[in-house]
Amino acid sequence: MRVKVLIVEDSKASREYIAAMVEAVEGVEVVVTSSGFEALKLLPRHRFELIITDINMPDINGLELINFVKKNPNYREVPLFIITTEGRDQDRERGLALGAAEYLVKPFLPGSLEALLRRYLKLP
Amino acid sequence: MSPGSKALAEFVAEATEILDALARDLLVLDERRGYEADPDLVNGIFRAAHSLKGLSGLFGQERISRLAHGTEDLLDRLRLGKLLLDGAVLDALIEALDAFQALLGEAARGTESESLSARVEAMAARMASMGAPTEVAADDPLDRLELEAQVRSVFTEYEEHRLRENVRRGVSLWRVRAAFDLSDFDKGLAELNARLKPLGEVISTLPSAQPGGAHGIAFDLIFGAQVDRVSLETGLKGTPAELSALTVRPAAAAATSALLQAAQPAATIRASGGAKSETRPGDAATHDGDAGSAQDAAAGGLAAPDVPVRVTDAAPEASRKGATPSRGSRSSAIRGTSADAKDSPVAGHSTSPKGGGKKKGARATPAAMPPEAQPPLLSHVPEDTEPGLLEWPTSDADVPANAGGSPSPTPVPGPSSVPVVAYLQGAAKASPKGLSVAPAAPAGAPVSAPAALTADTSLRSLTQTVRVDIGRLDGLINMVGELLLIKANLQRLAESARQDGAVALSKLFGQELARETRGLERKLEALQEGLLEARMVPVGQVFDKLARLVRRITREAGKEIELAISGGEVELDKLIVEELSDPLMHLIRNAIDHGVESPDARLAAGKPRRAVVGLRAEQKGNHVVIEVSDDGSGIDEVRVREVAITRGLITFAQAQEMSRRELLNLIFQPGFSTARSVSELSGRGVGLDVVKNNLGNLSGIIDVWSERGKGTAFHLTLPVTLAIIRALLVGVSGRTYAVPLNSVLEIISVQPKDIRTVERREVLDLRGQTLPFVRLSRMFALPERPVSRHFVVVVGLAQERLGIAVDELHGQQDIVTKPLGGRLQSVRGISGATDLGNRRTVLVLDVAALLEEGMAVERRRA
Repeated sequence: MRVKVLIVEDSKASREYIAAMVEAVEGVEVVVTSSGFEALKLLPRHRFELIITDINMPDINGLELINFVKKNPNYREVPLFIITTEGRDQDRERGLALGAAEYLVKPFLPGSLEALLRRYLKLP
Repeated sequence: MSPGSKALAEFVAEATEILDALARDLLVLDERRGYEADPDLVNGIFRAAHSLKGLSGLFGQERISRLAHGTEDLLDRLRLGKLLLDGAVLDALIEALDAFQALLGEAARGTESESLSARVEAMAARMASMGAPTEVAADDPLDRLELEAQVRSVFTEYEEHRLRENVRRGVSLWRVRAAFDLSDFDKGLAELNARLKPLGEVISTLPSAQPGGAHGIAFDLIFGAQVDRVSLETGLKGTPAELSALTVRPAAAAATSALLQAAQPAATIRASGGAKSETRPGDAATHDGDAGSAQDAAAGGLAAPDVPVRVTDAAPEASRKGATPSRGSRSSAIRGTSADAKDSPVAGHSTSPKGGGKKKGARATPAAMPPEAQPPLLSHVPEDTEPGLLEWPTSDADVPANAGGSPSPTPVPGPSSVPVVAYLQGAAKASPKGLSVAPAAPAGAPVSAPAALTADTSLRSLTQTVRVDIGRLDGLINMVGELLLIKANLQRLAESARQDGAVALSKLFGQELARETRGLERKLEALQEGLLEARMVPVGQVFDKLARLVRRITREAGKEIELAISGGEVELDKLIVEELSDPLMHLIRNAIDHGVESPDARLAAGKPRRAVVGLRAEQKGNHVVIEVSDDGSGIDEVRVREVAITRGLITFAQAQEMSRRELLNLIFQPGFSTARSVSELSGRGVGLDVVKNNLGNLSGIIDVWSERGKGTAFHLTLPVTLAIIRALLVGVSGRTYAVPLNSVLEIISVQPKDIRTVERREVLDLRGQTLPFVRLSRMFALPERPVSRHFVVVVGLAQERLGIAVDELHGQQDIVTKPLGGRLQSVRGISGATDLGNRRTVLVLDVAALLEEGMAVERRRA
């Protein structure tokens, strides 16, 4: 039984890149979407063990997604990682304040992501 | 294709897409230069740069990534209001776009030139240090907004900035709450957004944390309204939206400090922009107009709350709420201006699908400017370049990037910026002749072109891809489905024929077979047509790229030009559109650099100072005619004649007989144009033979019209597609040739006695007109057969006509022309070969070349 990770990122290049990184970890299945709206729709349909989301997206922003997840009794236990860009400190701080577990700064090292995934997904 | 090159192709295709979008948005921004930028637009451009950075980083394209990083950073400061969008910033962005395109070109070719790398470094550094910071208010207007901290905490920095801006301007803010079904809330939200957008700005969309029932979801939209409550309620009728107003506490306490703040931004701008002479009516709504509003504030002794500059359409709302009279009156004046601008009958042609109305406004306003005011386009003319005297290498298009090595023609912002009016006057004093209608080149070295001009790479796309509308593809797939059905029927017929044997082949069976075959034929035709359509792209694709180029060349050449584009929706084969971009670029350059006079010279000639360069496409039957025109000084045919005689292209006797049109067309002759003739003929004729050849390769022809003092127009006549054409098969001395039907005008039958010889040249009388006439047999040195009558195929492109005598007519057929390889390629009069169904290969006549041959013969006779 593989665990599902949701990746929300509107930039195709980043999305594919992160998806490839996450998929490389054994026992993980990846669901990707380019929009916050789609993420809202996907949430009730899957049981995600982890959500990785970008902050700046065209429809709803990542902070709103975090807030939505953290306020909803069905999802509030799901850990969230935010993807941020260097220098966007305020957005990052807000994400963490809203309950995001970790933040990833683009471009990040694949090694660090894998270690984080293993820790939060409780993989061996 | 190796994995590496496949990845590269993928990168180039995606980056091209991003850059195209970026370019479109920048164009809109540039057209609205001097006006307040649409925050959505700036945010969109920021996102494009952001995506490009991510993409290039992923593919290890470090130079693009580096520049994208700098650009993104600049745009981020812009959209967060930390930087003002002034002319220098916009120029930097446009320059960055050019650099991105050059970089992508090099990436596609797998090269890395050092000059470009240096340019990237310089640009990134310049962008980092760019711009005057906007004044940060001591008190945060957001603190006056009554909004739960919880809601505020989910805003991104950008959303918070937009909210702050709206509060600062006194825009009325609303919370629009709407609940939708979870399965299709995005549709509902999209509809709600579409309703809201014309009424103001959707600042943020927040999904409500409260679960909206089992299958529902609620959203809060934070909305800055440009209209009053009644209009807002009317606009939202029929949607599930509920409105509640957000309260903003008045900033009365801050009145004194607001007065101080009011003066500050203006001071900052003065210091950074030098004494810009860009102020114009209506500018009070822009950043550049800060100086004026600061004066107002000082004179009146009373400032509207907060920074007074950015009056928007929402201002009446503010005045209704009791803002100062000065602010109210100014805002209404501005609204008047922009409304006038929209209504004024200027031939505005939309170049991109976005915001046609806005652009009309943008164009119309400069026309209403006092003559001494300069449009912002002129503000960065390199100081050492005289208007109207720019030159470029005749080979053009593939000039090595940045031959001069100088980083950029755009001066760094700051005190070094030269006030435009002063600059132009100075230039006029220094070289009065330089601004005359036909400027004389300075003796000796020509003025070197600025780097950006030479750094131009071709406008051709870097990818060979065609984007096809999914509807079209579905149509094609449907057709294939129907073909399969016919195939099944035919199979069934074949099977029954096989089982029943030859005896049972009834008449009925034959009829059924014939019906299926007809069906097959129809479907195949439709499939072919559909596939051809899939290759078609709107010619506007290349027009958009040219529009960008025009803005830049205009800026660099110190001219004032309005580009009038029309017919961008006309479709042409992708291949033709691609091949067309370079010739069109060449013609447009000619028009701007040499066809159009300087603003002063135009005024002196009694013309409006702003010239019009037209770019028009129109479908005429199987052809598309593209016109590149200008209302400049025109071509002097007397000078053309002199030059042609001097260069030995025609004899004096020939010249005597030539019509004005024939004389003008001499400019396409190879050897006509040289660097020197640039100045002799107002620059016409630079490498036009190259343009003509390029068009010839596309089975197109070019024609010129010009009138002294009125302007010049080039007409390019092109076939709609090159892929599959319908051809007339003709027989000559027992051989078969194919003539593209799109150039066949008519076929007539003539008797030998109808053929006259005029000056050793055969001609026909066709309804009173003399028609040049060639015998294909003689042309290709085939044995001639004695015939009692000739079939004459009358071919024509644009205004050229020629009669081609053939022995037989074999009918029409669709053909796919294949190029002739190697040595045969240079055979005149043959464009390629085609395979007929019966395994016979025939040659396809090159009508454009034959017409030209006919004209050349005409000229040679003497």
